[in-house]
Amino acid sequence: MSSKPQDVEALIGRKYQHGFVTDIESDSLPPGLDEEVVRAISRKKQEPAFLLDWRLKAFRHWLTMREPQWAHVHYQRIDYQDISYYSAPRTPANAPKSLEEVDPKLLATYAKLGIPLHERARLAGVAVDAVFDSVSVATTFKDKLAKAGVIFCSFSDAVHHHPELVERYLGSVVPAADNFFAALNSAVFSDGSFVYVPAGVRCPMELSTYFRINAAKTGQFERTLIIAAEGASVSYLEGCTAPMRDENQLHAAVVELVALDDARIKYSTVQNWYPGDENGIGGIFNFVTKRGECRGRNSKISWTQVETGSAITWKYPSCVLRGDNSVGEFYSVAVTNNYQQADTGTKMIHIGRNTRSTIVSKGISAGHAENTYRGQVKILPSAEGARNFTQCDSLLMGAKCAAHTFPYMEVKNPTAVVEHEASTSKIGEDQLFYCLQRGISQEDAVNMIVSGFCKVVFKELPMEFAVEAQNLLSVSLEGAVG
Amino acid sequence: MGAVLLKISNLTARVAGKNILNGVDLEVNAGEIHALMGPNGSGKSTLAQILAGREDYEITGGSVLFEGRDLLALPPEERARAGLFLGFQYPVEIPGVNNVYLLKAALNAKRKAAGEPEVDAYEFLALIKQKMKFMQMSESFLTRGVNEGFSGGEKKRNEVLQMLVLEPKLAILDETDSGLDIDALKVVSNGVNSLRDPHRSVVLVTHYQRLLDYIVPDRVHVFSGGRILKSGDKSLALELEKRGYDWLQESRVA
Repeated sequence: MSSKPQDVEALIGRKYQHGFVTDIESDSLPPGLDEEVVRAISRKKQEPAFLLDWRLKAFRHWLTMREPQWAHVHYQRIDYQDISYYSAPRTPANAPKSLEEVDPKLLATYAKLGIPLHERARLAGVAVDAVFDSVSVATTFKDKLAKAGVIFCSFSDAVHHHPELVERYLGSVVPAADNFFAALNSAVFSDGSFVYVPAGVRCPMELSTYFRINAAKTGQFERTLIIAAEGASVSYLEGCTAPMRDENQLHAAVVELVALDDARIKYSTVQNWYPGDENGIGGIFNFVTKRGECRGRNSKISWTQVETGSAITWKYPSCVLRGDNSVGEFYSVAVTNNYQQADTGTKMIHIGRNTRSTIVSKGISAGHAENTYRGQVKILPSAEGARNFTQCDSLLMGAKCAAHTFPYMEVKNPTAVVEHEASTSKIGEDQLFYCLQRGISQEDAVNMIVSGFCKVVFKELPMEFAVEAQNLLSVSLEGAVG
Repeated sequence: MGAVLLKISNLTARVAGKNILNGVDLEVNAGEIHALMGPNGSGKSTLAQILAGREDYEITGGSVLFEGRDLLALPPEERARAGLFLGFQYPVEIPGVNNVYLLKAALNAKRKAAGEPEVDAYEFLALIKQKMKFMQMSESFLTRGVNEGFSGGEKKRNEVLQMLVLEPKLAILDETDSGLDIDALKVVSNGVNSLRDPHRSVVLVTHYQRLLDYIVPDRVHVFSGGRILKSGDKSLALELEKRGYDWLQESRVA
């Protein structure tokens, strides 16, 4: 509106702030993928036999699968032989035992990212597990958590110290053969986070993982497994960044959540992978499988995501509502600018009686971006009295972007109640002018309007991250209205 | 009579290739209340929007001076901070944005531009509660989104509330009276009258003489075909109510 075109360009052109590369020696496998690579990864990690067998089974199945084409995204074919499947920072001694032993360059990287690894973590009361390329670097607050009986460690640690838990729950929500990217992850995953909250324990602090892709031509395939036993509760947040590179990088993660009777899991994501430049060059391909199972009665799983990054996002955090009276929630803000593409949404599978689910999806598109909501609500015959409420709203900024909504509903029990509301609006010239006429600057006005649009989702985020999400949003969209 | 606050000279504008203002001349002095009347589509609301800085219109000629400054050269937010307020005919809803938050941001933007200290949350709350009481608005307005789910009358009251808080030098009220019942009309009129001051001016865009029973104008102008056809004192409004607009058009042709 009132701003001159060059101001707007300058604002849109604001550079990705996490696009630095850390110069650090790393131990990597050469690009390429075959059974020997899978074995090598397992060997490097000194894994028990059950895990190697599991990986190999997944790999063999993956070979028979084809990359899915149904999503509303377009990209050059990925050459899976041109990716390195393992990259770890090389440290003089083996793995760091404490924060003091972690390579200072790595710590500096995390400091640049604003991750509260040291004292700030203590102040914020956040326990952080940081995953750098393929391995987990440091986990803070292990002791305090251990006192409460909570296990929070890297996936590799869990494999060594709690193999029985890993064997019992790994793949129990997302089977190795679930889909193309999940099978790939199952074969080559290198690390990730593991959380186990024992029965009756309310996890005393927010748990948090930061993922960062640093090395060139590597894929990141981490796995997160969170188990809340009977009556336990936990809130978990993941954040993600990556350096700026011209080639695309693949990120194919799997997250599994298991909630037993009366347990609660709240999983929040602030995803800010490098989205590519203003011409759509580079950026992360984010193909992620996230699923939670409310296995027990009265259990609850809540997904909240703020997705502002990645060149392509393909992601459907879902809930399988198996336990009677269990509750699934999905709150999402997905922002796409320039040439970003997002195809994201959720699945709510109602199996148990009186299961309830809520879906609130807010899509914001600017520039030439494509933003798709894809959701499935499935009510099985056993789901007596099930209820779902879905609300999908799209906000368009400018005339060259697009928003699509694909809701699928399958109701096989006549007592179920399923509601769906959808809206698409242009960021209103009218709303913007109203604010300007009251003397508010264009930048503040856009922030205000977008924040208002996202408010119902932001209020689901843990407090300290809600602020971060809001800032991220304003950086992603600055100047997007011209 | 105060100094000239607003001076519009031979203003022409069009939208989508269609001429919509055809040479508007208007002078508003500080302290005056003017009423702009005229049939639908005559260009009254367009003039209000152009003065506030809406960019959907192409200005093809003429000039507008506000306190001697070239108003048309300023972006809308600077016009607002300089003291120009538009009461919208159809105030827009901004879901999720708190009504009070927006108003506080607006007041502070204006104060900042004037080199005055910003008001803090406590001062602001005290101020707005007092103004809300005056406008007979319930305190639930404090927590609601901007115009979100407001009735037509509530929206208009909210516009006047904003005006009272921002204390503009020139308020242009675009059909702020339409859709109001008689009680609400009185409240809104009281609000406008409370701002009357030798340094402040109001331009009322209205279809109805009844508003002018409550807010007595110094000047009345009849708008037609994108220009002011006739100006007079408040008796002109009464004559319009009796005779309609046609006689003016006819007398012009003759």
